Amino acid sequence: MIEVDHLTKKYGDLVAVKDLTFEVAKGKIWGLLGPNAAGKTTTMRILTGYLPATDGRAKVAGFDVFEQANEVKKVIGYLPEVLPLYSEMTVAAYLNFVAELKQVPASKKKAAVDRAIKVAGLEPVEKRLIKNISRGFKQRVGIAQALIHDPQVLILDEPTIGLDPAQIVEIRSLIKSLKGEHTIILSTHILAEVTQVCDGVVIINEGRLMASGSLEELSSTFQSKDGLVLKLKRVDEAYQELRRLPGIDKVSRRNGELVVEWSPGKDLREEVARFVLEKGLGLVEMRSLAMSLEELYLRIVSGGTPQ
Amino acid sequence: MRNIWVVAKKEIRSYFTSPIAFAVMAVFLVLVGFFFFSLISWFNSMAIQMAQNPYYYQQANINQMVYSPLFHNISIILLLMLPLLTMRLLSEEKKLGTDELLFTSPVSVNEIILGKFIACLFVLLVMLLLTGLLSVFTFAYGNPELVPILNGYLGLFLMGGAFIAVGLFFSSLTENQIVAAVLTFGALLLFWIINWASASASGLWQSVLNYLSFFQHFDDMTRGILDTKDLIYYLSFAFFGLFLTHAVIQSRRWR
Repeated sequence: MIEVDHLTKKYGDLVAVKDLTFEVAKGKIWGLLGPNAAGKTTTMRILTGYLPATDGRAKVAGFDVFEQANEVKKVIGYLPEVLPLYSEMTVAAYLNFVAELKQVPASKKKAAVDRAIKVAGLEPVEKRLIKNISRGFKQRVGIAQALIHDPQVLILDEPTIGLDPAQIVEIRSLIKSLKGEHTIILSTHILAEVTQVCDGVVIINEGRLMASGSLEELSSTFQSKDGLVLKLKRVDEAYQELRRLPGIDKVSRRNGELVVEWSPGKDLREEVARFVLEKGLGLVEMRSLAMSLEELYLRIVSGGTPQ
Repeated sequence: MRNIWVVAKKEIRSYFTSPIAFAVMAVFLVLVGFFFFSLISWFNSMAIQMAQNPYYYQQANINQMVYSPLFHNISIILLLMLPLLTMRLLSEEKKLGTDELLFTSPVSVNEIILGKFIACLFVLLVMLLLTGLLSVFTFAYGNPELVPILNGYLGLFLMGGAFIAVGLFFSSLTENQIVAAVLTFGALLLFWIINWASASASGLWQSVLNYLSFFQHFDDMTRGILDTKDLIYYLSFAFFGLFLTHAVIQSRRWR
């Protein structure tokens, strides 16, 4: 649905995006992840037709972003980082204006506005001036305007920024509910958001692609060891015993738990479990040693080499 | 066409839902009313003096003695006021980030510029129509000629359109509304008085400087002379302003 092919954007001498290539399949939510000034916003602006690229191509819903800009603009809903709101308008008047701007046919305009208001939960503030509503509602108005023409593709630049925790949860579930019908790219630097909402990520740093793929793919690529995390009643005893088990490379303590690691390719989960039970080490909890997204992200952004 | 109207409608609405249009129109009408009153009073006293001499009495002409100077006065008020109406048109969009909405919508840059231009022209039209109330009195109590008056209004409208196009151009250059207004005002004033320099110029330069001046073309129109040369001047001025605005927006995106 979204294809980015060797995209480069320079502002004078400054290279904001360099040779970026990734794809997003239809109906999926992908996170664009990276530190500040990584090129996330620039990439989104290019995809939405706001900025032209210096080099490379991009396609959205089969349309070339540069050659068929108008077609692309019709199928994209965009929530910019800075909310594009006219504070002197009421929420309903604003959404009406956006619907007209997005060329929603006059006969469907009312339905489109009503739907956007309903989906974004804007009923309580529908008739109020945008300048008088809270930040959370403003963010929802931003999302509602992106949704108004029922676009195939949604591009959301930091959709939960500046919201309180309850609002963040609401907006995330709103975004998740849009999955399937819409293909979504969202940028964020909140890692939890990606794990909760996204099917995959594109991690960029200094304008270059560092990694892309589904979360599982990424963790298997970047994880050097397999293992288990064990919570046991008799930790000290287990620490000594488990080291003797054949195939185990390393046993370490972490926050009162034991981390048992072995080389990838082997699967010692069953053996470890049987061993722990047989020795009566007081098993309380056992889970796989998956790399958290934080670890993954830091490893990719700080130490990784671009793809 | 529909897109132009969408942008224009929104812009007209925002003029009239904020105090901007009302403040500008109120001040404009007070000033125009004041000038009209002064001119009529002066015309009255002159007419009484002239009535004592049949020869001079023939010369008393309300079109020339009231309307022609009134149109000049109005044109100066427009020169001062229109930059205030145009200053926010594009600079505010840029500052608020709403330009991202406009330029990522299936609407062309030209349609956005024309929409905003038309919205401002509409406010100008309302301002000029409201001054039409003054003529109700002159027609009720006197016998002015209609055609030169309409011609004068056409001149004001065309000149206002050129002013607005210049204002739109400066509004596209900066995010700061005050800067946009100051630059617009400076440029308009310069084009107003550029013919002053023609006194010391000669030959081709003299005619070029004279041709470029707003004043020169407007003066003819207030006298009731409708010359295609003047029409073409104002229309091409407006067109050039809009063209430059388009160029600025496009070049900013491609930078």
